[in-house]
Amino acid sequence: MTGISALKVDNLHKSFGQHEVIKGVSMEAQKGDVIAILGASGSGKSTFLRCINLLETPNSGDVYLAGEKIRMKRNRHGETVPADIRQVERMRARLAMVFQGFNLWSHMTVMENVLEGPLYVQKTPKSEALEKAKALLAKVGLADRADYYPAHLSGGQQQRVAIARALAMDPDVMLFDEPTSALDPELVGEVLAVMRDLAAEGRTMLVVTHEMGFARDVSSKTVFLHKGEVCEEGAPGKLFTNPETEQFKAFLSRMN
Amino acid sequence: MTMEQILSYIPLDISLIAANFDRFLYGVWTTLNLTFIALFIGALLAIPMAIARASRHRFWNPIVWGYTYVFRGTPLLVQTYLIYYGFGQFEFIRHSWLWEPVLSSAWWCALIAFTLNTAAYSTELLRGAIIDTPKGEVEAAIATGHSYKARLRRIILPSAFRRAIPAYSNEVIFMLHGSVVASTITLQDILGVGRWLNGRYYLAYEGFITAALLYFLIVLCIASVFRWLERRYLRHLTRRETPATAEITPEPTR
Repeated sequence: MTGISALKVDNLHKSFGQHEVIKGVSMEAQKGDVIAILGASGSGKSTFLRCINLLETPNSGDVYLAGEKIRMKRNRHGETVPADIRQVERMRARLAMVFQGFNLWSHMTVMENVLEGPLYVQKTPKSEALEKAKALLAKVGLADRADYYPAHLSGGQQQRVAIARALAMDPDVMLFDEPTSALDPELVGEVLAVMRDLAAEGRTMLVVTHEMGFARDVSSKTVFLHKGEVCEEGAPGKLFTNPETEQFKAFLSRMN
Repeated sequence: MTMEQILSYIPLDISLIAANFDRFLYGVWTTLNLTFIALFIGALLAIPMAIARASRHRFWNPIVWGYTYVFRGTPLLVQTYLIYYGFGQFEFIRHSWLWEPVLSSAWWCALIAFTLNTAAYSTELLRGAIIDTPKGEVEAAIATGHSYKARLRRIILPSAFRRAIPAYSNEVIFMLHGSVVASTITLQDILGVGRWLNGRYYLAYEGFITAALLYFLIVLCIASVFRWLERRYLRHLTRRETPATAEITPEPTR
């Protein structure tokens, strides 16, 4: 292994009340890796992704971004909380997320959505940010929709704006939380096409998805989660042709 | 028909209204400045209080809740009387530095009562709009690296203010109508002038219909300002206009 991994998750645990959703998951992504995370609903794959940027606070386990550990501490109720919220905010700015429900800011135009992070988190000079935002909108094929509000776009267009918004932060790692699951079938392709381009560019991506084709063709590594644990992982070529565990075999036959 | 003939059909003493119209204009001025100064200060107070009410802050949330509960639970008239007649009962208030310029003046007492009243209503109204902010949009801001303050300033409040516009237009109109309370503590607002006219000439219709018309005109203005605000700031929630051709194209029948 060469150098420091772009993202490392070490023995992550997460419970909601009595129910343990993530039971010690570890994962490591080198720069340029595309890791597809598969699993049935309830397998904890979305929760795992949301623990990485602390949208959910893990009960234990560590997250390292380019070798830097997100520092956690225990509060007086014994709950795990971030030790330094500023550090977490800095980390989040380097870990862009694309959501299942797009989550574009509805009162802002497409352009304003893309400019928000660079201008108000990274404090990029306006002209520079504007230049980049225009280029990114062109890249996702929406240069002519810059002045539209999200509600006036199709789901596929909204998700492409969300990807442009994430790219605007120049993230070290991109987290995709079922990016095509809320889309009508005919709109899935346009979003996957953009994601394929990003993978080809060498972006480091963690993609929680139900798109088997994407996992098989695009990912450098596929991870199958079952009941909050890594059940099977490896190169997609091997995994899809030669599944080892009964659970993954059953999952694959259900998906096909 | 001449103008005089037309006027003779109206069972009102128009000339009396005309003769006293400058008093009515002064009444309009009193009503407007009381109402809008109270609304302005009330809105400024409501913003931090609504943020506190939408938060789970252990100290400020219950305190603000108590305040809005009391001021929304009692009539504006009673609140105004308590301040105007009530405070004067206490010697230490009469002798305090606040008495001479402020609490001995009916205008100031009305302004204080109106401000506290509208602040309470606006707080709860804005609180509702804040907690209605789509959860996913807040998460997107968190994931982008926005701090709590940046989230409030950039996402939650701009979104909440927009959602609050239609409900707030009601609050503005209620406050305008509620401001008639000023006329019961000697102030010559619009209704105050109407009452004066009635008392002086014993002509109820002249004074009160003129007052009603003036309030009505002000409401028309307020409503059109809010229509403009909604068009401008709620564009993102409206359907985008489709080209005319799209509307007349019939659905293909199968």
